[in-house]
Amino acid sequence: MSEYAAHPPVGEEPEIDLTRRKYLTVATSAVGAVGVGFMLTPFLASWKPSERARAAGAPAVVDVSKMEAGQMITANWRKQPIYIVRRTPEMLAMLPKHDAELKDPTSTDSVQPEYAGNVNRSRRDDLLVLVGICTHLGCLPKQHFAAADPQLGADWPGGFFCVCHGSKFDMSGRVFKGSPASVNLVVPPYSFEDDNTLVIGTDDAGAAKGVA
Amino acid sequence: MATVVDPAKPKAKGLMGWIDERLPVSDFVRDHLTGYYAPKNFNFWYYFGSLALVVFVLQIFTGIFLTMHYKPSELAAFDSVEYIMREVEYGWLIRYMHSTGASAFFIMVYLHMTRAFLYGSYKRPRELLWLIGMLIYVALMAEAFMGYVLPWGNMSFWGAQVIVNLFGTIPVVGPGLVEWIRGDFGIADATLNRFFSFHVIAIPFALAMLIVLHLAALHTTGSNNPDGIEIKKNKDKNGIPVDGIPFHPYYTVKDIVGVGVFLTLFAIVVFFVPTLGGLFLEPPNFEPANALSTPLHIAPVWYFTAFYAILRAVPDQQFGALLMALAVVAFFFMPWLDRAKNNSMRYRGMVSKAHLGMFFITFIVLSYLGLQPAEGIYVLLARIFTALCFAYFLLLPFISKADGNGPVPERVTYHAH
Repeated sequence: MSEYAAHPPVGEEPEIDLTRRKYLTVATSAVGAVGVGFMLTPFLASWKPSERARAAGAPAVVDVSKMEAGQMITANWRKQPIYIVRRTPEMLAMLPKHDAELKDPTSTDSVQPEYAGNVNRSRRDDLLVLVGICTHLGCLPKQHFAAADPQLGADWPGGFFCVCHGSKFDMSGRVFKGSPASVNLVVPPYSFEDDNTLVIGTDDAGAAKGVA
Repeated sequence: MATVVDPAKPKAKGLMGWIDERLPVSDFVRDHLTGYYAPKNFNFWYYFGSLALVVFVLQIFTGIFLTMHYKPSELAAFDSVEYIMREVEYGWLIRYMHSTGASAFFIMVYLHMTRAFLYGSYKRPRELLWLIGMLIYVALMAEAFMGYVLPWGNMSFWGAQVIVNLFGTIPVVGPGLVEWIRGDFGIADATLNRFFSFHVIAIPFALAMLIVLHLAALHTTGSNNPDGIEIKKNKDKNGIPVDGIPFHPYYTVKDIVGVGVFLTLFAIVVFFVPTLGGLFLEPPNFEPANALSTPLHIAPVWYFTAFYAILRAVPDQQFGALLMALAVVAFFFMPWLDRAKNNSMRYRGMVSKAHLGMFFITFIVLSYLGLQPAEGIYVLLARIFTALCFAYFLLLPFISKADGNGPVPERVTYHAH
């Protein structure tokens, strides 16, 4: 007895089980939705940095032996400018004096490795290493290291100024109140292979040797 | 939807009849052109919808030809644009038409939206029409932004940096989201390539579909008009609105005049002032992208500067980004914020008129401030006008409720020419 043997006479069609139909509809849709989710994963994942981009993001090695006191050089790590400043003792002496004017003087809301959580925000007192990208919207803050810089006023203690939207940072990259940026400049992970060789991108230069 | 055998409608014979039995071409023409009745009192403000459509077609057309010469790669993009400008025959013309078209598109859309504000075109029953229109506006913003990145000039690069970093202000997921959008640890080749894909395929396709929906919604409710009264309330014995005239030929002819005037002005810009003094094409973008050097003063193109001024006015990045997003979102709520009985500003009180006038001034002043550096008096002004901008939306429900109930005429205001 096949179901397809003949059409039932008009008006005598068997009753449709709507509950069963609804159950099947919902169950099929749910399974389909899970399938769509799985299928979307590779497409969404394809947007992540590729293997090549990740390889290009390996640690950068910088020779700091030639840097003079008060000088800044810019290195490139993961396509980000990395500011390296050899601070003078006078610059370091200024740092603890303006806590009241800073948004985050203790760097509690800011991003830095553990060893850079001090007032100098550095592993070694003199050498400041920062990601040179404004934490506001990513412009490059410019160096205004001289205190009382004519552009920034007589009480300017020296630091960085972002010309895009006017954020101000001190000599350890801490943001001043009144800036659109909310947190201090980011300190990248870094370490020293020896006294004069800075390795940006790893907390442990020994392990980085092979890569860099 | 019209059925193939509809005895009420006259049937074509011959080839047209053959086609109509298979594809409802005649029905479509009747429903949307020759038998679509629009109010007879349209004025100057009613040019800009059709002109926006003209610009859209122009952008698609010029874009197709630019894509034939442009190379979406970090190393080749800037040079390929210079190549188009200097070596491709008439490349300069096609490129300037496209870059001028971007600004023209926004001019048309802003004027089109101004019309909606003047005559309450977003109000019931046209809420969906307005929402779809707003989606077109947002899609257009994305399209323009990504298109601006493609020449890979220094302003392209830093504009992308600033805009993509806006997503980084979202709590928790922000930083990961930014890396995912860029596809690298900075704005890079991967970013340029995906923006190209969005700019030439994904968003234009979405725009085209949204435009179809916008027109479908328009033809369902019928057009509003400067008097803001429903012409469908007054129909003759054939069911045709007495104050309506067929879209074709009356408004097609009117719109063609508008297209003629528009194209004349468009050509003047394209041929004589394609950069419009840095407003349509910014000078820093004639330098190649440089990740190690920010342009002295980053500003988006004029059509985004009102929102950019709001972003910069706030001394907190998360709140600034949030406020800027809110300024866009607020437009979506217009149909519900405006609680007036009357649609058109013509039949509202002086307070409503002044309130709307102030909003137009606010938008223009913010647009100007967004072009200026963020220092001194400009910061203070940006804060004042940001407050005024939000005051417009917040006060609208009360002002419109109290001041939008005057008497309206039975029939549209119309003077025969």
